Amino acid sequence: MIDLEPLWLTAKLALITTIILLTVSIPLCYWLAYSKFKFKAAVEAIVSLPLVLPPSVLGFYLLLAFSPKNTFGKFLDQYFDAHLVFTFEGLIIASVLYSLPFMVHPIQSGLKNLPISLKEAAFTLGKSKFTTLTKILLPNIKSSILTGIVLTFAHTVGEFGVVLMIGGSIPGETKVMSIAIYDEVQSMNYYTANVYAAILFSFTFLILLGVYLLNNSFSKTNPLND
Amino acid sequence: MINFYTHKMLQTADGKLPLDVSFTVEKGQFLSIYGNSGAGKTTILRILAGLTEAEKVDIEVENEVWDNSQKKYHLPVQKRSIGFVFQDFALFPNLTVKENLEFALQKNDTPHIVAELIELMELQSLQNSKPQNLSGGQKQRVALARAIVRKPKILLLDEPLSALDDEMRFKLQDYIIKIHQHYQLTTLMISHTIAEIFKLSDKVIILDKGKIVKEGTPSSVFSEEKISSKFKLTGEIISISKSDIVYVVQVLSGNNIVKVIATEDEIKDFRIGQKVLVASKAFNPIIQVIS
Repeated sequence: MIDLEPLWLTAKLALITTIILLTVSIPLCYWLAYSKFKFKAAVEAIVSLPLVLPPSVLGFYLLLAFSPKNTFGKFLDQYFDAHLVFTFEGLIIASVLYSLPFMVHPIQSGLKNLPISLKEAAFTLGKSKFTTLTKILLPNIKSSILTGIVLTFAHTVGEFGVVLMIGGSIPGETKVMSIAIYDEVQSMNYYTANVYAAILFSFTFLILLGVYLLNNSFSKTNPLND
Repeated sequence: MINFYTHKMLQTADGKLPLDVSFTVEKGQFLSIYGNSGAGKTTILRILAGLTEAEKVDIEVENEVWDNSQKKYHLPVQKRSIGFVFQDFALFPNLTVKENLEFALQKNDTPHIVAELIELMELQSLQNSKPQNLSGGQKQRVALARAIVRKPKILLLDEPLSALDDEMRFKLQDYIIKIHQHYQLTTLMISHTIAEIFKLSDKVIILDKGKIVKEGTPSSVFSEEKISSKFKLTGEIISISKSDIVYVVQVLSGNNIVKVIATEDEIKDFRIGQKVLVASKAFNPIIQVIS
């Protein structure tokens, strides 16, 4: 019988990561798209780092940071009773950092591609930044938001290096699909590895197919994508 | 009454250009701003609206301070009683025509004004359409109506009619006059068309390289340089035919064919296809070959 726990764990991790990133990214993207802050380029570089950094590097630094032997880890342990190494919570934080550019980039470029006059028109009609964002800007970049959500979800499902470094392979806690496949191959259980891999493969393909179908129908109705 | 003063360095294609402008507009007046592109016209409207900041700025509207750089006071754009019509209309693509107007309602406004404006601007049949399905002229009417929903004191129009053909332009000029009078607005409009300025405005300022070079009523401002007792147009001779004792010369100018009477002596120099200048001083047209 195939153990389906890694599948649920992966889905849970990807879902929570996506929700957190969506909440964090919208204000961050608004700031990145419109701020005239001098050191914005530095912030943009940091956001994009996980794209080029080997996952093991990020995982290694997080492992050091979260370790109860070091200052930050000790602080978390003492004041919040939080243990982030080899736990599901630690995986969430690592995933959020690791998938950050996949949520930020589409939303940021969506906002940048909107004519600036839409925002200004809303302001001249007496609307606050918040109302302008929720009622005008975000509804006009639906396809960018959807792209961000799906890329983040899919990327979190597919992560391996960071999870291995910070989470290891604890069943029910940190053993997600990608790790499970690796474990099964290590123990020569090719059949189980095959099933896991096939599930992951078809799931990822279906998600991407869905996005492209939806995005094509969005661009048919949205004049901004002409 | 609007008292406006600003000083701002503009970044233009030809380098830096100081915009240094001061003017007043009476309540209920219709002011046009005329000038070459890059002279700073749009920047003036944007500074008045609070969308652009300037190094030095002093704006007072009906005894209320909107901007005072000395006292570091800046009234946010949301709190200024303005209606702004953008050059690209800036209609919200996710909302229908009616929703675009309703979006402009403030907390305690009655939706009555939306219905009134839809009727006034004749948008009834379009009210449930999305902006992308409208023509340029229709978009313009929606943008104009939306700018009025808040019942602003000042209406700012940034080249509102530049993208439209002549017929649409004339119609919309009438809508603008209607709105200006009906809601007793003070209106500032940027325009490149002298005819439009004559038709709509009480006062015009001519802007050149960031400075006001002339201001006054349209006829006083434009009459000196632009109006003379002579009209002239250039064209091409397309036919010469004899009619009794004179000759009729047809000249194509743009899409118009002008018929000019010429004597036998005169037509000796004319050939079909020749570029000519047709000019008239008071009564009699003169026709002249351009070398």
